[in-house]
Amino acid sequence: MSTLVASAAVPVGTPTPARRRRFGLLRALLSNRKAVVGLVIFLVFAVMAIAPRLFTSVQDPHKYAYEPYLGPSGAHLLGTTSHGEDIFAQLVYGTRQSLLIALIAGFFATVLSVLIGVSAAYLGGIADDLLSLVTNVFLILPTFPLIIILSEYAGNGNLTVVLIVLVATGWSYGANQLRAQTLSLRNREFLEAARVRGERRSYIIVFEVLPTMTSLIVANFLGAALYSVLTAAGLQFLGLGDNNSISWGWMLHWAQSQSALQSGIPLWEIAPGVCVALLGVSFALLNYAFDEISNPALRPVRRRRAERTSSQAA
Amino acid sequence: MRYLLRRLGFFVVTLWAALTLNFFIPRMMPGNPVQALRDRTHNKLSPAALQEMLTSYGYKPNQNWFVAYLDYLGNMFTGRWGVSIGGSSLGEPVTKIIGQALPWTLGLVGLATVIGFVLGTLAGIVAGWRRGSRLDAILPSVMVVTSALPYFLVGLLLILFFSIWINGFLPSDFNYDPSIPPGFSTAFIGDVLSHGLLPALTIVITSVGGWVLTMRNNMITTLAEDYVRMGRAKGLTNRRIMFNYAARNAFLPNLSGFAMSVGFVISGAILVEYVFNYQGVGYLLYNSVQNTDYPLMQVLFMLFTVAVLVSVLLCDFATAWLDPRARAKG
Repeated sequence: MSTLVASAAVPVGTPTPARRRRFGLLRALLSNRKAVVGLVIFLVFAVMAIAPRLFTSVQDPHKYAYEPYLGPSGAHLLGTTSHGEDIFAQLVYGTRQSLLIALIAGFFATVLSVLIGVSAAYLGGIADDLLSLVTNVFLILPTFPLIIILSEYAGNGNLTVVLIVLVATGWSYGANQLRAQTLSLRNREFLEAARVRGERRSYIIVFEVLPTMTSLIVANFLGAALYSVLTAAGLQFLGLGDNNSISWGWMLHWAQSQSALQSGIPLWEIAPGVCVALLGVSFALLNYAFDEISNPALRPVRRRRAERTSSQAA
Repeated sequence: MRYLLRRLGFFVVTLWAALTLNFFIPRMMPGNPVQALRDRTHNKLSPAALQEMLTSYGYKPNQNWFVAYLDYLGNMFTGRWGVSIGGSSLGEPVTKIIGQALPWTLGLVGLATVIGFVLGTLAGIVAGWRRGSRLDAILPSVMVVTSALPYFLVGLLLILFFSIWINGFLPSDFNYDPSIPPGFSTAFIGDVLSHGLLPALTIVITSVGGWVLTMRNNMITTLAEDYVRMGRAKGLTNRRIMFNYAARNAFLPNLSGFAMSVGFVISGAILVEYVFNYQGVGYLLYNSVQNTDYPLMQVLFMLFTVAVLVSVLLCDFATAWLDPRARAKG
């Protein structure tokens, strides 16, 4: 039954329905409230990262230019640090690094999980056994302690080291999911047809298998990005990594080391924490929205149907 | 039987991989314990003296790495974990240091994680069952947000609210008040509990969301199954259908998720213990990295891996017990 529906829904070789499907995805995104909220948060941060000067007139956020320990005011929206730096300006300038880490690490982790997950399922046999073993081992290794150890040893690691570590530890979850999804696709008719047509394996994987998994891949990217944001901020909060960089994690670290909470300028520590959380929330909301779009059963029930039929409606 | 053997084989391979990584990473990276110790003693002792001291504690920098690797594997399995070579605990046996920290983490993090899991799963069952109710309308959105909150932010906010703004209503620092003599007195136990409350709350708040969401989604998928409809047709009570028919099946993916999450819990524990200055194994790992204390670091990382693996195994057993299909497949 499900095979029939699926193979009917995937037209082979006709470009127009595929195009319509993609626009359909966009429309579905925009009509999902969670997705819209997530998207708006993300866009605001993106603008902040690209053009910080739009939001603040401060040029060098690390200059001890003002009176220390100021409370929030018109001149300093969030007050100043114990060294007299403008907190809001630091926040704005710190956006870029956190966002870059999320996008770059998320992207490469997703590429890796697609490569490993899909090829494991598609190749089968010993290759599959080996690749799934590696995936499962990485899935289970406690990554954060590993990252702490790695980034400490990489000589107060610069950003590249942190990124590599995030990718190396962030791909396994997605690979597992994509493998399972590919396995379920393996014997569908449209792939059989491609094989009979005599297409190469690489062609089948890239042009036949991957497009059917777009939403899962996007969801994986969002999950990996969320993981990277939180992990990178956690690392910097502990004081690991390149301490000259401007980022939310390092603001948290300096604020913690100056006990900002206890000395009357809690915003120094809370504000970057909230920003990390907001960026994380935006990824999580988009991720969950994608789940709802690809699985209609999970969508919020419209009020009028909700009365008694609810239990059968699912 | 084959199923369990396969899982055991996986257990051994993963443990080996973790131990191997653990051995090579510190040795491939720049920096060494002698230099680190020298920095900490402000160059008052000569490198030779320090080296000699470390050697007497079992530090052998010039040993053939293959021999060292075999030695290391043997020592890890037989519990000869050596002595700490860093910081204030220099020369103390690793087993003793960990023995002091472990109960705190097990009590705090273990309990908080289980509470979060049970609460979240129950809430997820109810939300999925009452599809379209007010609870189901609010819960998922809220939980998506809380599940993406970083541990440290929740911890910091709790400290700010309960500890600073309400004038030290709840303590936010250390495991207990050192002025109270440790023992089985009500004062001490109460003090330990009040010190554990905020860190535990942090873990529950950040972990509960994920369980609610997955359990709700699994419930919804399961409720559409034919056997649930048949249960209704037979006239079973709602309660019976909800727990014995739907929840039991919907629970399986959550169970394996729980095993996987233990790794995340450990990472959370490090941050939470750091924020609250709570002297558990997470804090210990942070310290051992700061002090380039190889022996301590290695054992801690091994223990973390074993903790995850054991929980995976336990969940495998539980799955086999709950799900006849898993038994038959093996």
